[in-house]
Amino acid sequence: MRIGVLALQGAFREHRLMLEGCGVEVTEVRKAVDVDGVDGLVIPGGESTTIGKMLVDWGLMDKIKSRATEGMAIYGTCAGMILLAKEIVGSQQPRLGLLDVSVRRNAFGRQRESFEADLYVPEFGEQPLRAVFIRAPYIESAGAAVKVLAAVDGHIVIARQGKILVTAFHPELTQDDRIHRYFIDMVKDSA
Amino acid sequence: MEQGTFLVKAGLAEMLKGGVIMDVTTPEQAKIAEEAGACAVMALERVPADIRAAGGVARMADPTIVEKIMGAVTIPVMAKARIGHFVEARILESLGVDYIDESEVLTPADDKFHINKNEFKVPFVCGAKNLGEALRRIGEGAAMIRTKGEPGTGNVVEAVKHIRMVMGEIRVLASLPDDEVAAFAKNIAAPLELVKETKKLGRLPVVNFAAGGIATPADAALMMQLGCDGIFVGSGIFKSGDPAKRAKAIVAATTYYNDPKVLAEVSKDLGEAMVGIEISNIPANERMQERGW
Repeated sequence: MRIGVLALQGAFREHRLMLEGCGVEVTEVRKAVDVDGVDGLVIPGGESTTIGKMLVDWGLMDKIKSRATEGMAIYGTCAGMILLAKEIVGSQQPRLGLLDVSVRRNAFGRQRESFEADLYVPEFGEQPLRAVFIRAPYIESAGAAVKVLAAVDGHIVIARQGKILVTAFHPELTQDDRIHRYFIDMVKDSA
Repeated sequence: MEQGTFLVKAGLAEMLKGGVIMDVTTPEQAKIAEEAGACAVMALERVPADIRAAGGVARMADPTIVEKIMGAVTIPVMAKARIGHFVEARILESLGVDYIDESEVLTPADDKFHINKNEFKVPFVCGAKNLGEALRRIGEGAAMIRTKGEPGTGNVVEAVKHIRMVMGEIRVLASLPDDEVAAFAKNIAAPLELVKETKKLGRLPVVNFAAGGIATPADAALMMQLGCDGIFVGSGIFKSGDPAKRAKAIVAATTYYNDPKVLAEVSKDLGEAMVGIEISNIPANERMQERGW
């Protein structure tokens, strides 16, 4: 099994290291042809407007969409969650639109409002997840097909719809690989 | 829930990696930068080339300019405070800027001490010419480092010198037996714990960007290949003939830094680059890289 990490901009190194730590082969994805060889894709945190424009300019947008409709699993963190959303509040920026949610960017505020907190998520066991939120988005509303896995103050921060998984925070900045292992299982199931 | 932790501060820098941070002086320039794919902007009253030309004392920008730029874009906004000027830093923090650059581009306010950056909730980036300087800044709380280069010159040679110095020192450190590490830390005047961490990681403990003289897509790709995590472009964009096109080209070059075909493509028809300055023509007391202790 090989998982691609979109490496246009952002924290792709951390995702690669975490996936390799789980024993998975990882490819950095920068061009459309790179998407062909992977069984699953991680879209990292970074600047969603930057990554979105480059997805269009370098022919990756349509390629990823078509692989997703064939059943490729995708995990998006932070900017990745924004890029996967169908609606982005107040923005026309390019997106994949594969997840039936409305997302608000910088929803918790600017950098000084960024925070870390413990999240108790039954899906990932009894131990809390240390969640790092950096100028993070949240999901304002989600369609019926979307399963909500966790929320902070009523705002959705982990969600899944079929083969698409998103978190508003950054497990790749911690030592806790439970979400990555959960995603690896999703990729295995789709193979 | 905890705010302003080092993980949260250094984490934003991790998210900026592989991207380009552009100096802007107006909301219009900020929008051009955002549209071109900048991952953040640096809000300034004047770009370094103009600061250099104007001479005199360069200070923090007027908060009105910073706020207008913050209002114009959705990407992170940084701003510069003078070395050691912790009140300018407090003012910028209260405005809500996302990162403060304690910068040698401005005239230092303290000739001995830098800002105690650990005491702030807002993260800081600082310039460094070598490993000792980088680790001293991290010890004071900097969550991101950049090369100093020689700002406002459009001449990449000093930035190259600085990243080669830092990477070379890390390679030497990595090869040392543990019992020689304390003496190494003493020689470079850096905190021992951070030296040990750098040795363990084989890189700086925080993100390290290139800055100070980057003017072309090839310059950006060169700095990435030498080991930088991302690029600051100061005067290089808005002092050039076609800022929007050059900005977009430098963004592409920072992602595809290892792909000469892409670099050739994006380097075509960019118009006039900024006028460069030969470093030996700058008197020693006017070299900004000498500021910082």
